[in-house]
Amino acid sequence: MKQKSQKPPKRNFIQEFKNSPPDVKKEKARKFFFGSKESDGFCKLFIIYALLICIGFIYIYPMLYMISSSFMTLDDLLDTSVQWIPSKLNLDNYINSARSMEFWSSFLKSVVIAGVPTIINVIVCSFVGYGFARFEFKGKYLCMGILIFSYILPSIITMMPTYVLYSNMKIVGHLTAFVLPSLLGQGLNCQLFILIFYQFFRQVPKVLIEAGQVDGAGYLKSYLRISLPSAAPAILTVFLFSIVWYWNESYLTQMYVTGAFRGTSIWTTLIIELKDFNTNYSSAQQSASTTGVSQNNNESIQMAATMLSILPMLIMYFVLQKQFVESIDNAGITGE
Amino acid sequence: MAEKEVVETKKQKKEKMKKIKPGRLAKREARMGYVFVLPWIIGALAFLIVPLCQSFYYSLNRVVLNPTGMKFVFRGFDNYAQISVQDPTFLTDLANYVVTTVISAPVIVVFALIIAMLLNGKIKCRGLFRLIYFLPVIVVSGPVMSMLTGQGATSISSVDASTIQRFLEGVLPTNIAETIANLFGNMTQTLWYSGVQILIFLSALQKINPSLYEAAKIDGGSSWECFWKITLPTIKPMILLNVVYSIVYMSNNGNNNIISSIQTAMFAGTTKGYGYASAMAWLYSVIETVIVAVFALILMTRKDIYQKQVKKAKKEAKKQAKVLKKVQRREMKHEAKIAKATKA
Repeated sequence: MKQKSQKPPKRNFIQEFKNSPPDVKKEKARKFFFGSKESDGFCKLFIIYALLICIGFIYIYPMLYMISSSFMTLDDLLDTSVQWIPSKLNLDNYINSARSMEFWSSFLKSVVIAGVPTIINVIVCSFVGYGFARFEFKGKYLCMGILIFSYILPSIITMMPTYVLYSNMKIVGHLTAFVLPSLLGQGLNCQLFILIFYQFFRQVPKVLIEAGQVDGAGYLKSYLRISLPSAAPAILTVFLFSIVWYWNESYLTQMYVTGAFRGTSIWTTLIIELKDFNTNYSSAQQSASTTGVSQNNNESIQMAATMLSILPMLIMYFVLQKQFVESIDNAGITGE
Repeated sequence: MAEKEVVETKKQKKEKMKKIKPGRLAKREARMGYVFVLPWIIGALAFLIVPLCQSFYYSLNRVVLNPTGMKFVFRGFDNYAQISVQDPTFLTDLANYVVTTVISAPVIVVFALIIAMLLNGKIKCRGLFRLIYFLPVIVVSGPVMSMLTGQGATSISSVDASTIQRFLEGVLPTNIAETIANLFGNMTQTLWYSGVQILIFLSALQKINPSLYEAAKIDGGSSWECFWKITLPTIKPMILLNVVYSIVYMSNNGNNNIISSIQTAMFAGTTKGYGYASAMAWLYSVIETVIVAVFALILMTRKDIYQKQVKKAKKEAKKQAKVLKKVQRREMKHEAKIAKATKA
C-alpha cells in the first residue's frame, strides 16, 4: 500500500533531452515544434494564439480607445506625446456629459423602455412558439413562411402606415407604441424569438406532455407546468437578446416612443441622448456659460458620453457573461 | 402482372388514406393550435400585411396631410420616377448599399467561420476569447458606431486603406475598389458585426460528432480534407443562416443612411411626404429581399446523391407503370375488336 501511494519520480525532460542520442533529439524537437498525431505542435499553437490575440485586439481597439480618451483632459488631447495613457485620472468629462445627458433620469427611462417590451416579448413569443411547435393545424407552414419573410423584410417598409395608425390611436410618444406590437408578437426581432422558442419546444419530448395529459393536465396547464419550466435556457436567451436590442435601438425608438419628429414626449433613452449629444451639449453649455462652469465640447467628452450610454449594458454583460456567451448554445438554433 | 397488383393495392391504400377523417382529438388539437398562435396572427395582420398593402397604396399616391385627415391623390408610379429627380444621392446610396452588402456579408461569414475554427481547437482561455468576440453585440448600435467612426476609432491607423485602394483600382472598376478599400478602412466595423455569427458557428462546430473525424483520420484523410468533406457540409445550413442574419442586420441597423434618408423624406413637407417615402421604402425592401433571395438560392442545401437516385428510380417506376397500363388498354381494345369481329 505504501508503495502505491508514493508518487512516481518526476521526469526531468530537459535532462532526458540532453542525454538522448542525436537522432532521438532531432525527433523530439520535431515533435515539439510540429506536433504529432496526438497533440498539436508548438508552431501551430503559436500561430493560432497569435491570430486570436491579434483579432481580439482589433475587436477591443475601439473600446480601449474610447476608454482612454474619455479620461483625457484638453491638454492631453492636444499633446502628441500622450497617446494612450492620460496624464492624470480626469473625471470631469464624465461629470459634464452626464449632466448634459441627464444620466440618471434617462437611464431609468431606458430601463423601462427596454425592459417592459422585453418581458412581454418573452411571454408572448414563448406562447406563440409553443403553439407552432406543439400543434398541427392547417396553414401552419404558411404562417411560418410569413414569419420568416417578415424577418427578412426591413421594418421601414411598414413604418409609414404604422406611424399613421399610431398617431390615429394617439399613442405616438407613449410607451404603448412599443408595448402594443410586442403584445401581438410583432416587436423588435420577435420573429427570431418565436423561432428560438419553436426550436426549443420541439425538442421537449412529447411523451412528457402525453403523460401530463393522462394525468389530467389541460393544454394551458401542460404549457405552463411542463414545457415552460424546461425552456429556461431559451427564456434567458430571448430575455438577454431582447433587452440588448431594445436598448440599442435608435430609429424605431425615436420614431414611436420619444416622438422626436412631432412634438415632444417625456420618454428618452441614453442612446437617443447620445445621438443628439452634440446639439444638446452645445445648447446646455450656452445656458451654463453664464454661470461659468461649462467646458467646450471635445472628443473626450463625446467619448465619455458614449461610454456612459453603453456602460449599463457592459456591466450587465460582465455580470452575466456566462449566460450571454452560452445563450446561443442553449437556444438550440444549431440543433442537437 | 405482379406489378399491376402492386399498383392497384397502392391505389386502394391511397383511397383508404383519404377516407380517414381527422379524429376528435386531432381537431381539438388543431383548434388549440390556432388559439396559441392567435396573438401572432392578429399581429401579423395588423402590423404586417395591412400596413404592407397600405404602404404600397401610399407609394402610388401623393399623400397630403390635412388637419382633418389624409388626402390621397393618385399618381401611378410617379413617386418612383421622382426619386431619381428629387434625391439623386438616394440612388447612389442604394447602389453603394448593394455593393457593400454583397461584398461584406460573405466576408463577415467567412471571417466568423475562421475565428470559430480557431476557437474550436484545444485552446486555453477560450472563455476569455469568446467574451471579447461577443462584446460588440452588446455595444454596437447606430449612434455609438457613428460616434466611434467620427473619432476614427474604428480604423486602425497602421492599416493604410489608400494603398490598398490604389492597388485595387488598377485591377477593378473604381466603385468596387473603393468599397473594398472602405472595408479595410473600417475593419473593426466589419468585424464588430460578426459577434453572433461566431457563436453560432462555434456551437455548430462543437456539435459535430468527433468520431467522424477519427474515422476519417483512420482512413488517411488530412485535416484539409476533413474540413471540406466533414465540417463544411455539416455546418452548411448555419452558413445560410448567418448570411441571412448578416444581411438583415446590416440593412436594418440605425447606422444605415438609407433608412435615415427615408425617415427625413417622410417629414419633409409637401414635396415629398408619406407617399414618396413609401416609394423609397418599397424600392429599398425589394432590393434587400432580392439580395437575400440570391444568397439563399446559392447556399440552399442541395439534395444528396442518394436521394436524387431514389427520386429517379421512383420516376422510372411510374413511367413503366404508365406504359404497362397503355399496353394493357390497347390489348383490351384489341381483344374487344377481335371479339366483335368473331361475333360478326
